Amino acid sequence: MAEAETSTEYETHTYDVVVVGAGGAGLRAAIAAHDAGARTAIVCKSLLGKAHTVMAEGGIAAAMGNVWSDDGWPVHFRDTMRGGKMLNHWRMAQLHAQEAPDRVLELETWGALFDRTDDGLISQRDFGGHRFARLAHVGDRTGLEMIRTLQQRAVALGIDVFMECTVTELFKDVADDGTPRISGAFGYWRETGKFLVFEAPSIVLATGGIGKSFEVTSNSWEYTGDGHAMALRAGASLVNMEFVQFHPTGMVWPPSVRGILVTESVRGDGGVLRNSEGKRFMFDYIPEYFKSETADSEEEGDRWYTDKANNRRPPELLPRDEVARAINSEIKAGRGSPHGGIFLDIASRRDAEYIKRRLPSMYHQFKELADVDITAEPMEIGPTCHYVMGGVEVEPDSGASIVDGLFAAGEVAGGMHGANRLGGNSLSDLLVFGRRAGESAAEYATKAEQGRPHVQPELITSAEQDALAPFRIEGGGENAYTLQKHLQEQMQKLVGIIRTDEELAEAQQMLRELEDRATRLKVSGGRVYNPGWHLALDLNNMLLVSECIALAARERTESRGGHTREDFAATDESWGDVNLILTLGDDGHAVLKRQPLPQMPEDLRDLFD
Amino acid sequence: MGYDLSMRLWRGDAEGGGLEDFTVEVSEGEVVLDAIHRVQATQAGDLAVRWNCKAGKCGSCSAEINGRPRLLCMTRLNDFEETDTITVTPLRAFPVIRDLVTDVSYNYEKAREVPAFAPTPPDADGKRRMMQVDVERGQEFRKCIECFLCQDTCHVIRDHEENKPAFAGPRFFLRYAELDMHPLDTNDRRKLAQDAAGIGMCNITKCCTEVCPEGIKITDNAIIPMKERVVDRSFDPLVWLGSKIRRRDPSDERTEVV
Amino acid sequence: MATGVEDPSRAQVGTKTLRQDRWWLYPLQIGIILAFFVVYATVRIFMRDYYWADAEHYLTPLYSPCLSDSCVPGSAHLGTPLPELPFFIPLPFITFFVLAGFRGTCYYYRKAGYRSFFLAPAACAVPEPHKTYTGESKFPLNTLNYHRYFFYGALLFVLLNVYDGLLAFQGPDGGFGMGLGTLIMWVNIAMLFAYTLSCHACRHIVGGRLRSFSQHPMRYRYWTWVSRLNAKHGTYAMISLFTVILTDAYIMSVSAGWFDDPRFF
Repeated sequence: MAEAETSTEYETHTYDVVVVGAGGAGLRAAIAAHDAGARTAIVCKSLLGKAHTVMAEGGIAAAMGNVWSDDGWPVHFRDTMRGGKMLNHWRMAQLHAQEAPDRVLELETWGALFDRTDDGLISQRDFGGHRFARLAHVGDRTGLEMIRTLQQRAVALGIDVFMECTVTELFKDVADDGTPRISGAFGYWRETGKFLVFEAPSIVLATGGIGKSFEVTSNSWEYTGDGHAMALRAGASLVNMEFVQFHPTGMVWPPSVRGILVTESVRGDGGVLRNSEGKRFMFDYIPEYFKSETADSEEEGDRWYTDKANNRRPPELLPRDEVARAINSEIKAGRGSPHGGIFLDIASRRDAEYIKRRLPSMYHQFKELADVDITAEPMEIGPTCHYVMGGVEVEPDSGASIVDGLFAAGEVAGGMHGANRLGGNSLSDLLVFGRRAGESAAEYATKAEQGRPHVQPELITSAEQDALAPFRIEGGGENAYTLQKHLQEQMQKLVGIIRTDEELAEAQQMLRELEDRATRLKVSGGRVYNPGWHLALDLNNMLLVSECIALAARERTESRGGHTREDFAATDESWGDVNLILTLGDDGHAVLKRQPLPQMPEDLRDLFD
Repeated sequence: MGYDLSMRLWRGDAEGGGLEDFTVEVSEGEVVLDAIHRVQATQAGDLAVRWNCKAGKCGSCSAEINGRPRLLCMTRLNDFEETDTITVTPLRAFPVIRDLVTDVSYNYEKAREVPAFAPTPPDADGKRRMMQVDVERGQEFRKCIECFLCQDTCHVIRDHEENKPAFAGPRFFLRYAELDMHPLDTNDRRKLAQDAAGIGMCNITKCCTEVCPEGIKITDNAIIPMKERVVDRSFDPLVWLGSKIRRRDPSDERTEVV
Repeated sequence: MATGVEDPSRAQVGTKTLRQDRWWLYPLQIGIILAFFVVYATVRIFMRDYYWADAEHYLTPLYSPCLSDSCVPGSAHLGTPLPELPFFIPLPFITFFVLAGFRGTCYYYRKAGYRSFFLAPAACAVPEPHKTYTGESKFPLNTLNYHRYFFYGALLFVLLNVYDGLLAFQGPDGGFGMGLGTLIMWVNIAMLFAYTLSCHACRHIVGGRLRSFSQHPMRYRYWTWVSRLNAKHGTYAMISLFTVILTDAYIMSVSAGWFDDPRFF
């Protein structure tokens, strides 16, 4: 092994707040922390502006009432809770609904150019599960607009950004009063392979999700659950990990694009789902829970787009979990499309001009990648792993985890979305809780000014040893790419949309085996921009998070939202006020416990009568 | 369905390197990035390549395919004959880090040089009003995914390293144009575009437009209009005279940033 | 020291370009066409002959308007404010200055010229041969920024072409008449309008310079209209080049008596 590969030199940086992740939540948190006067750094695995937020298409849900003046935060709150099958943390859902409009207007102040209404206000579009047209959008590239706006704001404020830099471990020390607290983080520059140490009292995790553990996913390579895993290792808890959202509409053909997202706006703007017999099958899958607010005839559903007061929503716009399950059933019943999906048709329902104006990226994506003209023919789509509702258990108002100095916001935080997230609620979640976490982190850091934490050298040495382990394997060793592929295939098969006890047990067994193999991961080449090495390090996080999902999914013996059990197909009321909480045990494996769901106050409960 | 594709991939770093031959099995509907990933997974685990979304939305996987700046994820293999050899090199306007990855920090430095958006105060109800026709021009430019292919192909810096300090490049002319056309911005950025950003160096040969994966009409809709705005300020005595004689609409009053 | 793609910091590929397509074809074709036009126009403006077909009342656009005492009888539609011109000054020197200036400073021809004649660059991602490059930021190339003044002039000259075109609706007897030449002249006028009005400077002047379209709905409409034309500016630039040559060659042939103008009326 060459000297360069073993070098344990590192650079040290001192900040008040270090934000890990530069998607919507991370950038918003960093801006808030900076505005609160904290010395702030953003650390991200990719280049700035490439985070997964750019993939968000439809819009930002915010009850601004620009299109339907009856809309307001209580309606949005209610929609969110019902979409989450009442398993959301009520306080998060409330804050989210109340603050989202201001966060959207703030983006405009920073330069975002949203589509407009005829009055010149921000236009809002329909989306699944939302009572009113509520999503502020820019065509079908809202995420790009959001990340670019936040990125430009962060750059204008002069916030330090560590691009292509991966954080692998969090450090803790013990405060004078004996409580353990965050003291910093360890990472490496992807471009050089050199190590760095951050000394900081506050860390905000904004690392996104875990989708890369599944075979068919809309998520990019970055989504390896780093934040989830690091939080666990630092002593924090995860909540709701059994709930993984499979977006109903991902591309299915050609194989190379399988899983790439097809925005829900296609349905929001009039697209419908059909099976191989040409039938609009969603009318057969309206659950009792949503019967009263869902159209029961095609005519009524079609009228709804223009007259929401007197008609009910078409079933294509049910929450994502319902639609994904319906599609899954149709495919299983043999009524799927040639490449194993079903048909999403907007061509026969809207004119070409309208489609190209409202859905330009979708038009482009299908044209370029699948040779399909969506203004002339239906798309073939199927469910794709999209989002994890579960994440770090946080205090709603501050985004603080149970570990002092550790905060989380965005997809890596749990509780906000309950058992299922509504479309459009993610971007607003990033803004609302990104800001709150950033502010709280800054406040905590200034309080910690009396006795700033210190990173103990032995922790750095240990983190370095872990990071360099794949270079030190003698003999054969395992290939990270092979292992990752195996993990993805097995997770898809055993812990996918429909789950059974037997398969989940098999998954747990499989994960133990993979964990064992992962200790022998070996990489070729040096430390300079070596994706094989990066993957080897990320894999440990993927395995730990997958273990959490399997464990929680096996425990919850009912079906609810993003968790469907074939052996327990019904929603069980006794599970309706139970959260599953995961922590890391002494043996390095996840430990599960049940915890009562926080109960909402009376005045909010009244909204559901 | 599947076939063996011959590829030549540039491997090396700032010290040196060259094209290496690979043969990799590919199948129908795949893109160049799929082939590279397969090389990575089966033959060269440390092959460096940047990518994220794999759907042409993030602009990470920029490289040069047979000498042309392209996104690896949006270049389909069936654009080539099965017998063709596909040659992939890193972007050639920027310093190489390793294999197909280059140091694009030039672009992030230029981004820092653009003064931030400075809007007028909101209306009494806290909202801002802009009409769709007024935001559409800017929206086209904001489709930019920052793949920097336009920066890579622009001969002003591709062929002249010495021009980099004085030239912002097409991606940032988009940004200047977007802000100068913004109905609510209070800055006048024309002088800045002329001096610090060096828009005069652009000779509108349109390569930026040719390579833009988002189909943004960079030259016709951003650079030339921006050049014309610079002409208004610096080369057209009639416009200057007109602005002195005629009292202008208050919304046209802007602060010049330099 | 090597710069550009051979700069030591960049990936050392070994060749200047890996492009395998015939990237040189386009600049070569355009270069030949442009060179031909320059030669043709130069020959014609110094020829001082065959620019006016008296019986048919056709005046070639290359000599419009003819303003000096050297002009052949009948061709000076606007009178002759200028004296006799020596042989080395082309009769239509004003026309030539404005129209050549308009095309020479036009954004499309600038692109074409830089690619074909200066090879800066000949094609995308093909290195240019120049050691240094300052583009249009320094004299003399920064004078290209005066394009809009040439646009105003060119617009005036198209209007004069319209006048010439109206005069071409005359028969030998002075009454109404129309020949193939009239038709050709009007096709040329249409193409010149399309080229002139689709100009980027025009697009800027009618509305592009505005910050807010919604406050100026009429100018927004003009801008939309010019923008639609502008998308094909390059096409109109090349078509109008050919129609000018064709019109001139036709009128030269009729004037010289090489060809009889077919009359419709």
